[in-house]
Amino acid sequence: MALSKELSYSEAAVLAVQREMEADARVVVLGEDVGRGGIFGQYRGLQQTFGAERVIDTPISEAAIMGAGVGMALAGLRPVVEMRVVDFALCGMDELVNQAAKNRFMFGGQGRVPLVARMPGGIWDASAAQHSQSLEAWFAHLPGVVVVSPSTPQDNYGLLRAALQCGDPVVYIEHKTLWGLRGEVDEDIAVPLGKAARVREGNALTLVSWSRQMQACAAACDALAAEGIAVDLIDLRTLWPWDRETVLSSCARTGRLLVVHEAVQAAGFGAEIAASAAEATGCRIARLGAPRIPVGYAPVLEAQSRVGVEAIAAAAKKLLG
Amino acid sequence: MDSSTSGAGEALYRTMVRIRAFENAAETASQGGVSAYGQQAGGAAKVRGPLHLSTGQEAVPAGVCAHLRTSDYLTSTHRGHGHTLAKGADLTRMMCELFGKATGFNGGKGGSMHIADFSVGMLGANGVVAAGLPIAVGAAHAQKLMKKSDDITVCFFGDGAINRGPFLEALNWARVYELPVLFVCEDNRWSATTASGPMTAGDGASARAASMDIAATQVDGNDVFAVHEAAARLVNEVRGGAGPRLLHALTYRVKGHVSVDLAAYRDPAELAAALETDPIARTRGHLLSAGVNAATLDAIENAARDEVDTALAIADAAPWPDASAAFTDVQTTGAGQWH
Ligand SMILES: Cc1ncc(C[n+]2csc(CCOP(=O)(O)OP(=O)(O)O)c2C)c(N)n1
Repeated sequence: MALSKELSYSEAAVLAVQREMEADARVVVLGEDVGRGGIFGQYRGLQQTFGAERVIDTPISEAAIMGAGVGMALAGLRPVVEMRVVDFALCGMDELVNQAAKNRFMFGGQGRVPLVARMPGGIWDASAAQHSQSLEAWFAHLPGVVVVSPSTPQDNYGLLRAALQCGDPVVYIEHKTLWGLRGEVDEDIAVPLGKAARVREGNALTLVSWSRQMQACAAACDALAAEGIAVDLIDLRTLWPWDRETVLSSCARTGRLLVVHEAVQAAGFGAEIAASAAEATGCRIARLGAPRIPVGYAPVLEAQSRVGVEAIAAAAKKLLG
Repeated sequence: MDSSTSGAGEALYRTMVRIRAFENAAETASQGGVSAYGQQAGGAAKVRGPLHLSTGQEAVPAGVCAHLRTSDYLTSTHRGHGHTLAKGADLTRMMCELFGKATGFNGGKGGSMHIADFSVGMLGANGVVAAGLPIAVGAAHAQKLMKKSDDITVCFFGDGAINRGPFLEALNWARVYELPVLFVCEDNRWSATTASGPMTAGDGASARAASMDIAATQVDGNDVFAVHEAAARLVNEVRGGAGPRLLHALTYRVKGHVSVDLAAYRDPAELAAALETDPIARTRGHLLSAGVNAATLDAIENAARDEVDTALAIADAAPWPDASAAFTDVQTTGAGQWH
């Protein structure tokens, strides 16, 4: 029975966690303010449905939240660990980097850490340098974790379910400004980890992005289409493992690759895709990300960190020229 | 000195009233579009981004900072307007920063959550809960190593912050190295939308300090004279080389967590009870019964309102930062290689 309904990105996430909690008694949620639905409503109603023992309000203790998640996972639960925003997840870094990511390997496969660490990322209007970071490349660099960054309600629903079913630690980065985005969600559509989505088809160039930057890329594609330039637009959806097959076969076909992300361009994940495409296909390549500056508070300063539609279209045309 | 009857009482009142006037104005200026906690920003707001108000908590910074010199250091939290003003920072420049203007303390780079005025020893508000504690300890360690004076460091933090590791690590460090630091817990009973009590084992900040052999004093944080008196003793001890001390001030967060948060999760009776002990009204009543003229107190209030009105007008008219400022003060080595 296919159930399709219009949901927001945050409602889609609630539904995903709810379905997994119904299906699997091992799934629990822990974090600050989750009982009240989370600061973005991404857990709304779950504590009423499943009780305070499965949707656990915690002290402001990110290291303990993440570390307890590791312990719960080792002991057989499947915790969703809420970090509020990626910037505060840094307070639980040893627990993620040295513990969750290393446990299975270090102990010769004796333990598994199937936790999902949710850490909303990205520029959040006027929230300045400590609440606006895009740190996905840090996590993609880390052997032992899966890294996911959905851009639509459907994907947030599907990928969160997939993340909860996956036996490895997952860094799950929702965008701080996508929560209200609405779209059709079909509960029967599974979205596998590691599979990109081709959002537009074209032969002029390959454009790869993820998370909120997909919206700017789609708008840039529309502008380019009006000039007769057909772009192959790919939403990566999962950063690790990333869908080499989809991206590289597109690059081979179009001969040109542009990677766009909201994160700082220097040492960003775009570099990994660019280098891989160069090695595998020898195509022409450009990257577009933020300058290597902290995000400023005043609108004019914040704007310097934003990668906009015009810049994307211009970079695409330069690549074609 | 009896602060309740001397000019010191009026000074404390003035500090509290200025903080309240500043925050009331900032709150109004933030309406129409604050982006914090799920709300979308709107162009109408003059003060954008998360605005954390300390309404009802003014007695703590007023009572503590009255004993500080400009050369003492201060670290603050995400709720830092009161601390900053009480430490002697310029009100107008703070308003300019909240407006994101070039004339603000941080040139518009930081906003409310990152208020700082190093010129008066205020080393910064912080967007990360408990992050100010180890920084304060480091500043105090430097003061001790440099032995130039009997300056001290004061560190404000909330009751929620005591459940993060940095709180415990900082207190331990301060005792181990016998540092000149006064920790001040502003216990306002709430951590964002969760009550702190059920999330905290034991008796809170003062009990934890005692467990590390740091003498702690609990005080009614809505009684500015009590805060002032307790802080006088603690600051004196810390200045005298006695090592770290902790002041645990029991107060209340009157507003929501951020300015857009209506705090619907809170029992209205709890708020109503707290409002009965509003520190400003109490101080006014106390000063009146001690013989201070109502006209004197009215004048203090009017002056604060005028000052804030002027600050609003100045902040409104002030220029935006130049876009190029986004690239300055990032780093020196390697600067310019942005891409
Ligand atoms: C490390 C970290 N975790 C979570 C947050 C989100 N947050 C901001 S303020 C706050 C509540 C802090 O409570 P408390 O320390 O009591 O200070 P208060 O807000 O009551 O002044 C929370 C959870 C944060 N900023 N930093």
